[in-house]
Amino acid sequence: MTTFDFLMQGLVSAAEPMNLFYALIGVTLGTMVGVLPGIGPATTVALLLPVTYQLDPTGSLIMFAGIYYGGMYGGSTTSILLNTPGESASIVTALEGNKMARKGRGGPALATAAIGSFVAGLIATLALAFIAPYIVKLALVFGPREYFALMVLAFVTVSSAFGNSSLRGLTSLFIGLALSLVGIDQLTGQNRLSFGVPDLLDGIEVTTMAVAMFAIGETLYIAAQGAQAPDRIEAVKGSVWMTAKDWSRSWKAWLRGTVIGFPIGAMPAGGAEIGTFLSYATEKKLTKHPEEFGDGAIEGVAGPEAANNASAAGTLVPLLTLGLPTSATAAIMLAGFQQYGLQPGPLLFATNPQLVWGLIASLLIANFMLLVLNLPLVGLWVKLLTIPKPWLYGGILMFATLGTIGANPSVFELGMLLVFGLLAYIMRVFDYPIAPVIVGLILGPLAEQQLRRALAISQGDVTVLVTSPIAAVLLLLAALALILPLILRARGQGNALSQLAASED
Amino acid sequence: MKHFLLTTILAGAVALPAYAADYSVMAPAAPGGGWDQTARSLQTVLQQEKISKKVQVINVPGAGGTIGIAQFASQQKGNPNALMVTGYVMVGAILTNKSPVTLKDVTPIARLTGEYEAIVVPASSDIKSVADLVAKLKANPGSVSWGGGSAGGTDHITAGLIAKTAGVDPTKVNYIAFSGGGEALAAILGGQVTAGISSYGEMESQVKAGTLRLIAVSSDKRIEGVDAPTLKESGLDVVIQNWRMVAAAPGITAEQKAAISADIEKLEKSKGWQETLKTKGWSDTYLSGPAFDEQLAKDIASTETILKDIGLVK
Repeated sequence: MTTFDFLMQGLVSAAEPMNLFYALIGVTLGTMVGVLPGIGPATTVALLLPVTYQLDPTGSLIMFAGIYYGGMYGGSTTSILLNTPGESASIVTALEGNKMARKGRGGPALATAAIGSFVAGLIATLALAFIAPYIVKLALVFGPREYFALMVLAFVTVSSAFGNSSLRGLTSLFIGLALSLVGIDQLTGQNRLSFGVPDLLDGIEVTTMAVAMFAIGETLYIAAQGAQAPDRIEAVKGSVWMTAKDWSRSWKAWLRGTVIGFPIGAMPAGGAEIGTFLSYATEKKLTKHPEEFGDGAIEGVAGPEAANNASAAGTLVPLLTLGLPTSATAAIMLAGFQQYGLQPGPLLFATNPQLVWGLIASLLIANFMLLVLNLPLVGLWVKLLTIPKPWLYGGILMFATLGTIGANPSVFELGMLLVFGLLAYIMRVFDYPIAPVIVGLILGPLAEQQLRRALAISQGDVTVLVTSPIAAVLLLLAALALILPLILRARGQGNALSQLAASED
Repeated sequence: MKHFLLTTILAGAVALPAYAADYSVMAPAAPGGGWDQTARSLQTVLQQEKISKKVQVINVPGAGGTIGIAQFASQQKGNPNALMVTGYVMVGAILTNKSPVTLKDVTPIARLTGEYEAIVVPASSDIKSVADLVAKLKANPGSVSWGGGSAGGTDHITAGLIAKTAGVDPTKVNYIAFSGGGEALAAILGGQVTAGISSYGEMESQVKAGTLRLIAVSSDKRIEGVDAPTLKESGLDVVIQNWRMVAAAPGITAEQKAAISADIEKLEKSKGWQETLKTKGWSDTYLSGPAFDEQLAKDIASTETILKDIGLVK
C-alpha cells in the first residue's frame, strides 16, 4: 500500500462515530487541563494518559491525540482573555491577544487562535505524514554550534521586536538572563546563584515566572490604580467573529507561523517557545500596521498560535522517525506508545504502519475536533470579560495561584510567584516591558549551553562557530538584522521607510 | 465497563486526591520521567493485584530528587503508609548537591528494576570496539567527546569509570551533558560527538536499525538477545546499572517495615508486575533485606569515589 492508502485507511477508522466521540472527550479534557496556568501539555498528557488505557488501541490513540492537541491549544484562551499564559508556548499570544481582548476584540483574537491552530495543525500533520524523513535529516545536522547561531539570531530579532525603547528592552532582557543563571549548571553539575536554597537548584520555572509576570503583576497594577482604573472593559465591540479584514491579515501569518514552527519543533533542541518568538518578530517586521503592535495586532496572535501548534506536530517527527523523545511531552508519549506495544524507532514506519498512520489520522481528526469544540465557545468565553473587575482579577489571582500550586505543590514556589509578581508590578510602573524577561529566561540557558558544548567538543577552538555553513549563514543573518537598520537610519532613510509603511495604511 | 470508563474519566479530569490511601507513593520528580513511571506502575499493580486497596501517587520534583527526599523524611516520619521511589541517580544528586538529607534518613525496602548502560558510536565511525575507543582515549583524552545525560548522572559516572579503569585521568574526560536522552541521542546520531552513553533501552531501536554501533554494555554478564560484549569482557572491569528502588518513611517499627517488605515482595512475584517490566523494558533486579542494604552501601561508597575522581564532588 502507498502512503496515501494507509492514511485513508486510518482516516476511515478514525471517523467512526465512537472514535469521533473519543476524540471529542480527549480534546475537551486536554483543553480543560491545559487551560490551568502552569500546567503545560507535558503534564496534561502525563496526568490523562492512564484514562486512555481503558480503550482499544485505536480509540486510545485517538483520545490521546485529542488530549495532546487540546492541551497545546488550551493555554491560548487564558493568555488572550486573562493575560495569564497557560504554558510557555502561549506567552507571546498574551502580548497582542490580551490587548485585543481589552479593546473588545476578544472574539476575533480567540477565533484567529483557534483557526490558526487548526490550519497549522493540518498542514504540519500532513507534513509529518509526507516529508518527515527529510525534515529529520535536516534536524540532525543541527549540532551545538548551529543551535548557538540560531539562538543568536533569535536574540537579535526578538529583542528588537519588544517595546519601543531599546534601552528598557535590553534592561529587561538582562534581568531575564541573570535569573536564568540560577540553579544547577547542566554541563558541570555545579550550583550557581542558589545561595544554599535547595528549591533554587532547578532554577526558576519558566511557567511560574510567566504567570507571575503577566497575571500577578497585572492584578497588582490594576488594584493599585484603584478607582482611577478605566471602567469595565467592553467585552464585544463590533463583531464577535473575524471580519474580512481580520481574515486577510491573519491567513499569511498562519502560514508563516506554520513554516517557522514546524521545523523548529522537529529539531531535537528546538522547543515550541522559540518558534513563537521568531514568528512574533517576523510578523512585527512584515506587518503593514506596525503602530498596532503592542496595542492589539491580530497578526501577533495568528502567527505565534500557528507556530506553537505546528511545532507540536514537529515534535512528533524525530519521535516517529527515529524514536527520539526530544521534549518532555514526547517522552511521555513514548511511554504511552509502549503501552500499545508500539516501539517508536527508525523501523516503526516499516514494522507498524497501521498504528503510525492511525495516529497521524487521529491527529487530523483531533485537530478538527478542536475547531468544532472551540469556535462555538468563543462567544461564551468573551462573556468572561463582562465580569466586574474586582471579581475578574480576584478570579485571575486564584486561578494563577492554583495552577502554580497544582504543578508544583511547594510554599517556596508560591513565594517566588508573589515576589516576581511584585517585580513585574514595579517594572510596569516604571514602564519596562516584561516579555523580554521571559525571553531571556528561556533563550539564555539554551544559548549558553550550546555555546559551551560547541567549545567543549572543539576543545576550545572558537573558529568552529563559523566553519559550519549553516551556522555561518545564521550568524550572517543575525549580523544583517542588527546592522542594516543602523545603516538605514544613518543615511536618513529609516524615516523614509517608516513613512512609506505608514502611508500604505 | 461504561460506568467504569466514565468514573475514570471524571477522576482524571478533576484529578481528585484519593480518599483514604492505603499507600501514598512519592515520585521525587515531575510526571513522565523514570521515577514517575515506576511510581505509577507500582500504583497500578498494587491495586490490580489487590495488595493494596487505594494507592496515590504524589510528585515532588526538583534537584535530582533531593527536594522530594527532604520533604519525605521530615513530613512522613513514622508513617507506615508512605512510600517513595528513588534510585541510583539520587545517590549522585545527594552528593553533588550536598543534600543534608540522604538515603540514610529513610528506610530502604527493596531494589526493583535496573537498566544497563550501553556504549555506542555512530555507524560511520572508525571505532569498532572498546579497544579502539580506549586507544583513542589514551592518545588524547580530550579528543574523545562523550554525549550523554545530565552531569553527575549514571552516564557521566560510566564515562568516568571507563577512563579511570583504562588508566586515563578521569578529570580529562570530555563529557558533553545533554538535557535528555533524546537530545543526547540526536547528537550521537548526527555525529556531533565521538561516542554516546545511555541506558540500553533508549538506544535499542537505533542499534537494531543499524544507525548506531553498540560496542559494549555495562552488565556483569552478556544481556540475552543483545549482540555486544560486556565492558568486563573488553578488559575494563566496570559494571554499573541505573537501578530504581522503593523506600519507606524513617522511624517506622520493625513490624511495619516487615509488612511493607512483604507487600513489595508480593508485588514483585505478581504476574502484573512481570508484565509491566516487559512492556517498559526494565530488567527485574529485585533485591531486599540485608543483601540490599549491603549493596546500597557499596554503591554509595563507589559513587562518591568516582564523583571525586571526576572532580564533581570536592
